[in-house]
Amino acid sequence: MSDSLDHVRAFMARASGDEKHDASVRSTLEVLWMLYDRVLRYDPADPHSPARDRFLLSKGHGPVGLYAILAAKGFFAPDALSDFAHQRGFLGHHPDRLLVPGIEISTGSLGHGLPLAVGTALGLRAKGSDRRVFVLIGDGESNEGSVWEAVILAANLGLTNLTCILINNHSSSIQVRDPVAPFAAFGWDAVHAATSNQDALYAALSTQHPQRPRAVMVDVGARGA
Amino acid sequence: MRDQITPTLSDLFAADERLALVLADISRSQLDPIFQRYPLRAVNVGIMEQTMIGVAAGLALEGFIPVAHSIAAFLVERPFEQLKIDFCYQQLGGNFIGVGGSHDYSMSGMTHHTPGDILALRSLPGMQIVVPGTAAEFDLLFRAAYANNSPTYYRLSVRTNQASRPVRFGELIQVRAGKEATIVAVGPMLDQVLAATADLDVAILYCTTVAPFDRAGLRALMSGDTLITVEPGYAGALLHDVMETFPDRSLRVRALGLEQRILHQYGTVEQLDAALGLSETTIRQAVESQHLAAASTAERL
Repeated sequence: MSDSLDHVRAFMARASGDEKHDASVRSTLEVLWMLYDRVLRYDPADPHSPARDRFLLSKGHGPVGLYAILAAKGFFAPDALSDFAHQRGFLGHHPDRLLVPGIEISTGSLGHGLPLAVGTALGLRAKGSDRRVFVLIGDGESNEGSVWEAVILAANLGLTNLTCILINNHSSSIQVRDPVAPFAAFGWDAVHAATSNQDALYAALSTQHPQRPRAVMVDVGARGA
Repeated sequence: MRDQITPTLSDLFAADERLALVLADISRSQLDPIFQRYPLRAVNVGIMEQTMIGVAAGLALEGFIPVAHSIAAFLVERPFEQLKIDFCYQQLGGNFIGVGGSHDYSMSGMTHHTPGDILALRSLPGMQIVVPGTAAEFDLLFRAAYANNSPTYYRLSVRTNQASRPVRFGELIQVRAGKEATIVAVGPMLDQVLAATADLDVAILYCTTVAPFDRAGLRALMSGDTLITVEPGYAGALLHDVMETFPDRSLRVRALGLEQRILHQYGTVEQLDAALGLSETTIRQAVESQHLAAASTAERL
């Protein structure tokens, strides 16, 4: 099995045509790799297994990095990446949960993923499951009001099985000085992490607060946005 | 009709542990029994309708059958994209119970009105639309459809018919036989239609499932060459289905409903109906003018 970040980058090169969101792809890649290589529990042969942790890519544009990781981990054959955005393929500019093994939600319109993640977390709690829900959002995406609805609600419900990762690549047109500060103000356990410190990033992603949902902000700087 | 929600859900929540309830403040106290008995399967998200639907979809992803509920305008129109994407695009099943169809909230102004909800939802592929005429019909239809793995909207209203019919999900039923024309009455419009046509030789069909519409039933039950649809909101939600049911026939078709105009007045539901041109009188006038037109055509032939 092709299982390293170098392989992932090679797979990404097979998919061509999605130039507009290059910044998105590069910025999320390192976090996604940490998740799929070390944090998430899952079985690529059984993408709907109840024993899996759920990862929701709310920031649905620029999914090539996630597609490449899913292929590298064995969810589907890497050949599929050559048919990216092609009629005969199943990998589009935004992921479709009905088409792509390993994709939990069909995103592309920003602001949908965090409410979906809250519902998922509630469902897991109702079933008495100890599995976790991770949702990845962007700083631009955080302009959307529905994001803050879910932030308020998740803290209110004490969803300790929920982790929201906010990738800040400074692509938002509206400048917000510290996008993660409101999470803390609303009652989340909010931390900053950096891809340059793998141990701290791993700690941020792999631990849960006993009473509150967790927000992990990763500032990747403005990379060609 | 609204009072039927709690007993129906209480019964089904006891029998089916997949059901989960999501509210956005509206009806919280009315539905308290569900919250008390099934605290893990009921959530009030507060005043956030987009998240109400998103949370409902998240629950559906985890194998639950969600029921979301609010005033119809807030349930359908504010989170419209969530209905489209989180449910229809993702092909998830769910139930959406709206109260206050059209201008039931007759003293509240347009912010609380949704005469266009059926038309709007009709544009979403896969969205089912149920318009019961009585509380008992809502109970029947909800039980029939709640677990059918599709997104389903139930439009409850303060207007009800006097008698319940043995309705089945997705089916038209014939309430009265007749030869010269066919009238399709949707939900609570039935009684007005029956009264307006009591002395006419027309067939009355009763529709409580606008989508998926019973084209086969209409084909089988159609009588005469004139078809009139009567809807509780803006007219037209049935038109495409009606036209597609008879692509090979030349029919005189008329769609009746509320006039498409925003009111800047208050009053009773009946007063607002009259202001927007939907009453037993206007139904009668429309049927007569179609009827006379048909009769004069028949004479000329």
